[in-house]
Amino acid sequence: MDSNDKALVFGEDVAFGGVFRCTVGLLERYGRRCFNTPLCEQGIVGFGIGLATQGYTPIAEIQFADYIYPAFDQLVNEAAKYRYRSGGTFTAGGLTVRAPYGAVGHGGHYHSQSVESFFTHVPGLKVVVPSSPAQAKGLLLSCIQDPDPCIFFEPKMLYRTSVEEVPVGEYTIPLGQAQMLREGADITLIGWGAQVHVLAQAAQAVADADGISCEVLDLRTLLPWDVQAVTASVNKTGRLLVSHEAPLSSGFGAELVAEVSRRCFLRLEAPPVRVCGSDTPFPLVFEPLYLPGVERVVDAIRATVRF
Amino acid sequence: MLSRIVCNSSLGPSSLAQLACSSLHLLRHVQRQLSTASTASAAAAAAPAESTSQDAADTLEFPGGRVPFTHNMEFLGGPLTPSSPRIPCYRTLDGTGKHIPDAVVPHDLQQQDAVALYTAMAKLQVMDTICYDAQRQGRFSFFMTCAGEEATVVGSAAGLDPRDMVFSQYREHGVLLWRGFSFDDFANQLYGNSLEPGQGRQMPIHYGSKELNYQTVSSPLATQLPHAAGAAYAMKLDGADTVAAAYFGEGASSEGDFHAALNFAATLGAPCLFICRNNGYAISTPANEQYAGDGIACRGTAYGMPAIRVDGGDARAVYCATRAAREIALRDGCPVLIEAMSYRSGHHSTSDDSSRYRTREEMVAWRARDPVVRFRHWLVANAWWDEEREKQLRHATRQQVIEALEKASKVAKPPVSALFSDVYADMPWHLQEQLQETLQVARRHPHLCPPDMPVQ
Repeated sequence: MDSNDKALVFGEDVAFGGVFRCTVGLLERYGRRCFNTPLCEQGIVGFGIGLATQGYTPIAEIQFADYIYPAFDQLVNEAAKYRYRSGGTFTAGGLTVRAPYGAVGHGGHYHSQSVESFFTHVPGLKVVVPSSPAQAKGLLLSCIQDPDPCIFFEPKMLYRTSVEEVPVGEYTIPLGQAQMLREGADITLIGWGAQVHVLAQAAQAVADADGISCEVLDLRTLLPWDVQAVTASVNKTGRLLVSHEAPLSSGFGAELVAEVSRRCFLRLEAPPVRVCGSDTPFPLVFEPLYLPGVERVVDAIRATVRF
Repeated sequence: MLSRIVCNSSLGPSSLAQLACSSLHLLRHVQRQLSTASTASAAAAAAPAESTSQDAADTLEFPGGRVPFTHNMEFLGGPLTPSSPRIPCYRTLDGTGKHIPDAVVPHDLQQQDAVALYTAMAKLQVMDTICYDAQRQGRFSFFMTCAGEEATVVGSAAGLDPRDMVFSQYREHGVLLWRGFSFDDFANQLYGNSLEPGQGRQMPIHYGSKELNYQTVSSPLATQLPHAAGAAYAMKLDGADTVAAAYFGEGASSEGDFHAALNFAATLGAPCLFICRNNGYAISTPANEQYAGDGIACRGTAYGMPAIRVDGGDARAVYCATRAAREIALRDGCPVLIEAMSYRSGHHSTSDDSSRYRTREEMVAWRARDPVVRFRHWLVANAWWDEEREKQLRHATRQQVIEALEKASKVAKPPVSALFSDVYADMPWHLQEQLQETLQVARRHPHLCPPDMPVQ
């Protein structure tokens, strides 16, 4: 907002600071550049596209990823295709859509969803998921500056629980690049968002208990994803485990497993495995069983290593 | 009469509402920090301080404003009856093209402008006819005409400023023609050749032009309406003296994006014109199966914006209404809705045969109300046009369109790489890989490539 006076922040309830306090202070500092919209996701995204076509940098908030679906047409049929269909005459590239996503402990069907795989299937969009405050700042700034429309999913569980030192000045983290959080030799664990921390816990657990050495990758950008980092890691370890909260079937893990199987087939020591949410709506009282928690990840690591 | 029809918003100038709104934002923000007061007291705190006890007894103070009480129970609205009036339809020329004596014409057309308008409408008709036939002959895959709606589209185009950004649906190529899109430009897009900006990626009639401020057409209906609201809002933030103009049919106005766009534009105060071509049909669905209320115009007032219904077959009325709407939008920083009543004389597209759902009698009756002929009668009555010029114009245009189609058919198709470029600003790794694979496929199986498509 400081460096770009065409940057606008808008959506439901952002003016008073937002239901997760993500926009606190923006109204006071930037006035009319931070504003509430009516309660209408297709309007929020469509309006944002219009702003982008006029050279503005709209940063649109969808209050929960669970409610992004009314905007699906605008995202898929309009924002994603704006540049391609016009041969670059017009673009909606200035648009960034932010949405809190993921399990929060008590969210049930409609405050817990992971929706990233609906959008990783859409040519023309970029899909980004931070795993910590410092990652969030750098990745979000990259999305805002990116010449293509970006969707930025913020793991809501981490709003309160994740605390770290964040550099004060402006900095960006490149899109399309994974980050290695832990170096290892026996198996590659890939995740994004809050799940990265589950993987890190599992890695430590099996290191302590079994002497298994895990390499943990935070994918960070899902579309386009860092094929070089992933294949380099799997070529080193020979084993792959992908884990996400989203339901197993047709989740983004399927894409990673398919590509890695093709590229690293002869190197693999075991079938790639996915540890994911069940193929059910996100349940309330069953959440601990539904989620791919550290116990299930540890079980899968051991089974894969002993294959 | 015209001003009464147009300025029926009871909320006062939008700019004042906007100021009050942002003050209210700040006030509410402070309130939340200071207290956890109940809704009632918060609403009371937000109210102007000068209400008398009389006012307080007769009105409800509410976060959305003040509403008067009544002790009568009365339901408003319902099915339209002869006694419940529809919004009247503004016209300045009668069905035969004769000037209506008392008609309010705030921007009358002088000879030069009238001839320019007529010429564009006639050219549009000729181009539509030839291109429709060309599609039937298999020269390209698809086409849509705007027969019956020439006055709506060209009249409104003339009422806009060339710098106004147009977000069209798919039947408004008359706007492009008015603004200077050449027959070559049209033909290149229809053939999907390497000269058209869209690089052959979309079906025919999905034109676009940066120079002419016409956003590239997309097939999904009404998606352009919220775009126009956002673009207009950007113009307002820029302090520009331009508006955004969104075109759509009465069918598209049933989509959720219509509601989203009008509500956003009105609430946020965006200088956007929403121009509805109510042409009676959405493919085979007649308007009385599309809505039960009084068409589209009445929805504008419901969202808090001025609205007008106009005779879409009267080019001069459409022109006046559009110019006036534009002035209101800029002056008040608000959206305006125009519902132009017309008739889709042609089929929905080359993929449609409308004789399957409407009678010959109905079509013949409407063809007799050809808006181009009607406007021509007015020109002829003013001695601004004659039979000879008519023949020359139609003949010359025919030649030009045929030539343009011929020329475009010979231009090469875009290269194979155009399948993969422009998905993103820079081509990511997976598209680079897929491009290389596709080039190999094209070399291995040349029949998959159109004959004049460079394999590169």
